[in-house]
Amino acid sequence: MRTGILMVAVMASMLLVSTAQAAPAPAPEPAAKKVSKSTADHSKFKALQQEFGSGPEVTKACLSCHTEASKQLHKTEHWTWEYKSPEGQLLGKKHVVNNFCTSVASNEAACNSCHIGYGWKDDKFDFSSEVNVDCLVCHDTTGKYTKPGGFAGNVVTKDTEFPPGSGKIVRAINLKAIAQKVGKTSRATCGACHFNGGGGDGVKHGDLDSSLESPEKALDVHMDAEGYNFACATCHQTEDHKVPGSRYAPTAQDKGEAHLRGKEYKTIPTTCQACHGQAPHKRIAKLNDHTDKVACQACHVPTYARGGIPTKMSWDWSTAGQRGPDGKPLIKKNAEGHVIYNGIKGDFTMAENVVPEYIWFNGRVKYTLREDKIEKGDKPIQINRFEGSANDGKSLIWPVKIFRGKQAYDPVNKTLAVTHLAGNDDSAYWTNLNWEKAVATGMATVNASFSGKVDFIETESSWPITHMVAPAKDSLRCHNCHASNGRLEKVRDIYIPGRSSDHLGLLDTAGWAIAALTLLGVLGHGIGRIVLGKRKK
Amino acid sequence: MARMYIFKRFERFWHWAQAALIIFMLLSGFEIHGTYAMLGWEKAASLHTTAAWTLIGLWLFAIFWHFTTGEWKQYIPTTKNIAAVMKYYSVGIFADAPHPFRATQLSKHNPLQRLAYLMVKLFINPLIWVSGLAYLYYNDLAASKIPGLADLELGSIAIVHTAAAFMMLAFLIGHLYLATTGHTPLAHIKAMISGWEDVHEEPQSKLSREAA
Repeated sequence: MRTGILMVAVMASMLLVSTAQAAPAPAPEPAAKKVSKSTADHSKFKALQQEFGSGPEVTKACLSCHTEASKQLHKTEHWTWEYKSPEGQLLGKKHVVNNFCTSVASNEAACNSCHIGYGWKDDKFDFSSEVNVDCLVCHDTTGKYTKPGGFAGNVVTKDTEFPPGSGKIVRAINLKAIAQKVGKTSRATCGACHFNGGGGDGVKHGDLDSSLESPEKALDVHMDAEGYNFACATCHQTEDHKVPGSRYAPTAQDKGEAHLRGKEYKTIPTTCQACHGQAPHKRIAKLNDHTDKVACQACHVPTYARGGIPTKMSWDWSTAGQRGPDGKPLIKKNAEGHVIYNGIKGDFTMAENVVPEYIWFNGRVKYTLREDKIEKGDKPIQINRFEGSANDGKSLIWPVKIFRGKQAYDPVNKTLAVTHLAGNDDSAYWTNLNWEKAVATGMATVNASFSGKVDFIETESSWPITHMVAPAKDSLRCHNCHASNGRLEKVRDIYIPGRSSDHLGLLDTAGWAIAALTLLGVLGHGIGRIVLGKRKK
Repeated sequence: MARMYIFKRFERFWHWAQAALIIFMLLSGFEIHGTYAMLGWEKAASLHTTAAWTLIGLWLFAIFWHFTTGEWKQYIPTTKNIAAVMKYYSVGIFADAPHPFRATQLSKHNPLQRLAYLMVKLFINPLIWVSGLAYLYYNDLAASKIPGLADLELGSIAIVHTAAAFMMLAFLIGHLYLATTGHTPLAHIKAMISGWEDVHEEPQSKLSREAA
């Protein structure tokens, strides 16, 4: 009896203990604080708990911990806008003339809102200044950081009327709030400049526009916001602030293996092959036989400008200068509401879902520089020529956007013109629509001689297509290229089965002739048998 | 009417399977070549390759069969009586003259057939296979660094392959027609299906006695 009571007591106490143990565990903790992935909460740093009156003040605070950051950035093209190509050409935004807004020189105040620095307004800019490096433009996570055009890359910390006397107010930004929330770079921060190359969303590249800020899988399998959600830096793996994946000297062919962590590689981490290797096609192995001749992008980026934002395909500056009845530069829009003529810029064509052009490309790019002599001829001047051939062992067939322009040049000195477009002075083209004045100022800025005459010349620039990688099911199919007048019709010096221009005409003619003659022969023979056979009966 | 068992079971299977594969490969092959669109390039290329491997497999069996059964001797060329056979097809056939050759189990093919089939087996087929395999493994050839093979252009391989395909097409047309030249238009074809050939109760010609 006593043991019985004892047992019940023990069991009861066990039950109690077990419920007591179980009870608190599954209870949800309403106050559970999500621990930051980063080990540093920048809002807790003393250096950032202050009001900032300018960009450099923020950078100074950043450098108080990140002591080497500016020194690293000073070595990058993001800072110098200067690049010595393997061919020995001095390139970079600082030097090249393109066929969009043509040149940075003499337009620094406007263009350099996309420089990762503060205050580059003319050729006096101090490239050795550490505090002039702009940390926030890449590391902002709030989306509130802006560098308005016209301020030479400076930020606006007090509401400012700009242009002066226009009545338009540029709103101030709160640097303290932005600085306390810094983090990794993102598609948005890189895109703030790279989506807007050429002066607007999607204008220049065609495979980079704001639709990639939060893309669907169909637009880009890697950046798919609901899926892999790659940041730019996932592929453009950056070390010491050096971002790999240069467009001035692109890697056109990567014969390396897929990169393993920790292992040292000579190949850059940005290419498709750096992750996918050389034989990525598992289901249809024959496709792997293409990788020695065809860039991945040729099939896997079926069209560009697929995100609903058109890209500029051509730009004719020679028609600029028209004013509307109100005296203001004339603006014309197409049915979709996109500007196709602007009195300060000329005629444009825009396009979406564009089929790229395809060329042999070995990664060498030769520029037509401002100093180079150019001649008006049947063919447009190539602002940058993508080199390559079927037989150099270094080229692959690449998809490219060819941007066709007609731009100002000096017909006497036979050079491309540097045009002063933006500014509040009398000579800026966008102010007074006078080419001679604008070019005179532009050329003077780079110490180039100018004859005083302005004419227009047709130009072409090439842009590699590599982003907007479609899901495999949307990639090109065999028949897109294995056909006459297919995607690769203009790519020569390679035999493409199914393309009739590769046929040895004589063989096909002779082959069909022999087959036809054989057929005629046997038909004749057969008719003979029937006719003669009947006659006998 | 007497009947004689000429074509054995494997032989018939081999013949018809080969016929189907070759006709399919001609159709798909010229689509790959770019002559027309029928199946779609992707399907044509994929099925053409599958058919090629099937035919190669079939041929491995056939070669084995030919040597183990001694049937390979059917293709030893001979010029004996060839003139008479040629004369038959160019003159005699229209006059209902008797065929100078009578098929037997030991000698199934007339001298002209022997030559034609030997040509197919020793020239057209190998040409198609070698060029076809080179076409298929072009990348591996290029990577092999074997002098002479590594720098072979795909275009050259394709030319040989296409030329061989035209030869096969010409053969096929002739072969299909000649299959109707038996004592009735379907006689040869029936024999190729059943294995049994009708033997006419007619006085044997001197030639056919010799051939037997």
